[in-house]
Amino acid sequence: MRMNKSFDIKRITGMRLFMPIVCLLAVLLINVITTPGFFKISVNNGVLYGYIIDVINRASELVVLAVGMTLVTAASGGQDISVGAVMAVAAAICCQILSGGDVSTNAFQNPFVLAAIVSLLGAALCGAFNGFLVARLNIQPMVATLILFTAGRGIAQLITKGQITYVRVESYKLLGGYIGKCPIPTPIFAAVIVIGIIHFILKKTALGLYIESVGINATASRLVGLNSTMIKFLTYVICGFMAGIAGLIASSRIYSADANNIGLNLEMDAILAVALGGNVLGGGKFSLMGSVIGAYTIQALTTTLYAMNVSADQLPVYKAIVVVVIVTLQSPVFKKAVANLKIKRSTKKLAAEGGNQ
Amino acid sequence: MENNIVLTMRDISKTFPGVKALQHVDFTLRKGEIHALMGENGAGKSTLIKVLTGVHDFESGEIRIDGGEGAVVNRSPQDAQNMGISTVYQEVNLCPNLSVAENLFIGREPRKAGMIDWRTMNRKSAGILKDLNIDVSATQNLEECSIANQQMIAIARAVDMRCKVLILDEPTSSLDDDEVEKLFTLMKKLKNEGVGIIFVTHFLEQVYAVCDRITVLRNGELVGEYAIKDLPRVMLVAKMMGKDFDDLADIKNMDGEKDYRNAETVIDAKGIGRKGTIKPFNLKIRKGEVIGLSGLLGSGRSELVRAIYGADKPDSGTMEVHGKPVKINSPIDAMKKGMAYLPEDRKRDGIIADLSVRENIIIALQAKRGMFKPMSRKEMEEAADKYIKLLQIKTASRETPIKSLSGGNQQKVIIGRWLLTNPEYLILDEPTRGIDIGTKTEIQKLVLDLADQGMTVTFISSEIEEMLRTCSRMAILRDGKKVGELEGSELSQDGIMKAIAGGEHENE
Repeated sequence: MRMNKSFDIKRITGMRLFMPIVCLLAVLLINVITTPGFFKISVNNGVLYGYIIDVINRASELVVLAVGMTLVTAASGGQDISVGAVMAVAAAICCQILSGGDVSTNAFQNPFVLAAIVSLLGAALCGAFNGFLVARLNIQPMVATLILFTAGRGIAQLITKGQITYVRVESYKLLGGYIGKCPIPTPIFAAVIVIGIIHFILKKTALGLYIESVGINATASRLVGLNSTMIKFLTYVICGFMAGIAGLIASSRIYSADANNIGLNLEMDAILAVALGGNVLGGGKFSLMGSVIGAYTIQALTTTLYAMNVSADQLPVYKAIVVVVIVTLQSPVFKKAVANLKIKRSTKKLAAEGGNQ
Repeated sequence: MENNIVLTMRDISKTFPGVKALQHVDFTLRKGEIHALMGENGAGKSTLIKVLTGVHDFESGEIRIDGGEGAVVNRSPQDAQNMGISTVYQEVNLCPNLSVAENLFIGREPRKAGMIDWRTMNRKSAGILKDLNIDVSATQNLEECSIANQQMIAIARAVDMRCKVLILDEPTSSLDDDEVEKLFTLMKKLKNEGVGIIFVTHFLEQVYAVCDRITVLRNGELVGEYAIKDLPRVMLVAKMMGKDFDDLADIKNMDGEKDYRNAETVIDAKGIGRKGTIKPFNLKIRKGEVIGLSGLLGSGRSELVRAIYGADKPDSGTMEVHGKPVKINSPIDAMKKGMAYLPEDRKRDGIIADLSVRENIIIALQAKRGMFKPMSRKEMEEAADKYIKLLQIKTASRETPIKSLSGGNQQKVIIGRWLLTNPEYLILDEPTRGIDIGTKTEIQKLVLDLADQGMTVTFISSEIEEMLRTCSRMAILRDGKKVGELEGSELSQDGIMKAIAGGEHENE
């Protein structure tokens, strides 16, 4: 009986998602201690209201970005730092089409579907550009995506002619707000659907295995018949597309395209989410759910700090402290130390048992 | 206790998750001896070396160096180096993008006023290289040197650090005979200077050529320590394998007389070539034959098969498979035509280190099927289990990452990977390099079995004996050019040597 139990615990702690989940729970625990009403959910004006809802809602863009970032990281062993800027580009395209080129509009000048599709294609094109540089020209991901990281917001400004384009139409707020009488914020659904679709693709095709294989050893992967270049390229296109979705959500929240602020610094949070999810930033094996949990952890942390009245400009300091702790817990050195401790204990136990017999 | 002992390891145990890698192993090294550490793959040779050099820690036992006081625990290779233990690994562990001199002096560069004294460093390096007869310039980048020279430079580095214990882990697997001879001269010189040398190798001849003493390990346990004169070869092999010697000579290409000249042509390469690697060649490969490619290191053996397989896209010539012209631009094209290719460099081109044995076995078939036809979990597990059993792959489970398997077992996984794709034409480039005799024998037998079943095989090996046992025909390469073919009675050690060296078989 006792053996069974310890075996189970070992299995649970050995699971890849164990540490990310522990980190999330730890952050939530701090939340509960500092903000007693953290898990309280009330209904105001027919919609759900509360800290926890706010965390899940606000995390949506980050979750979507983290999904794309996970694939890029796994396949190319590098990160796409342009996703925040690509969000701004997508938002700019979308609002500009909807406003028909004006600074502000009170009615859709073009169909929303058209605007959404074009903006998502634009975002995917940005991803394709990154993918070409990384996969085909073998430029380091950080350097390759630095181009759009710096140029992206400029492009967005060009599209909006340097203005903040407002789309003052109620139906444009649906994606970032609420649909009809549904009490749950729409971004939550968007995030869940994105996770679901990518999870489904990874499950129903061999893409996941291909990505891991290419990320671990691109040369060997090519020799077993995989098109390493194509697979890397594809992950960047997906990542760009995801940034587009995140951009649309963010834009809908403020019913405008603010090229300077949409998705600002979000690329760093997305990379952090991937790392917190227990994924190796050097590529290879990955866990989509780990990154998703990482994204929620980061948002929970941000919300906690706001709830504790930390001002926005001091936020990064506290965030950094927590991140250092979490990353240390997940570091190979720390894990190795824990594993060694376990082996020592089990050898001791074995010796003791041997002595008994 | 003898006072000329330089290193003792007593009762060393080391456990990896699920595997007892070393159990109560003893090892003693004396001054001025060359001591062979022998064992099959997974016997614990590498682990013992890594424990000694501080790469791994160990659970019990003690290490004493130079009869000194107290046990030593090396926490890192740097520690070990400071204790006078230098290691040259099978895979060259140097920095390819630095100069030869930098590689020789990295971590201990001569300094002048806090800055690296480049002139002294280059001058000293040139001296070392000249002493050891290594024909490279001190200032050229390491990656510009041949693998063999890189290995020699690694040894030069170790030697120059005035080590008491020099560990050579499979140093000869990428060297040709001349270079091996040079290395042996060097080893004997060091031995006379009182250095204790631990020599890990799979080549029996080399053990008997230079070693004084042999320690044999099997399955993580010590079998024994023997003076070289007390342990004839057959006995050594028996000790390593833990059973009576399954004589390699038993494997003979029984159908040596079989005539393949009338068999159907599977692969017909006409003028295939690639600038800078392999000059245009013609090669007809017939069904069911094992054709060997022989030549010195760098003669274009690997480059020839890589061009056929599309690993390096050829820039001239045409290919026919079963008489139909085909265009092969990348490996997947070749795979779809029924080809399979086991690359020479297992670590770099073969294994996908972090993936499990299961994933490594199914990856080629999965790639061939395409992304949208994923294999089910059950299918994968069955395939993996089948080849683990068939090829007797030693692994804790099918979900173990391939990187934690021993070299020979990794190679078997790669072979399983290709057999699973049910190829018609199998290319094996050095499948037995760095692999123990037991597995070597198994692989040679397998090649003959496969050919018997009608598979066409191309076999590349640096060991002529191995080629003679398996091949029914042989193509000879020299300096990136196919210079001839040998068949039937021409297939002899002498014949091949002559052809490789050049002379009478010059017919192209």
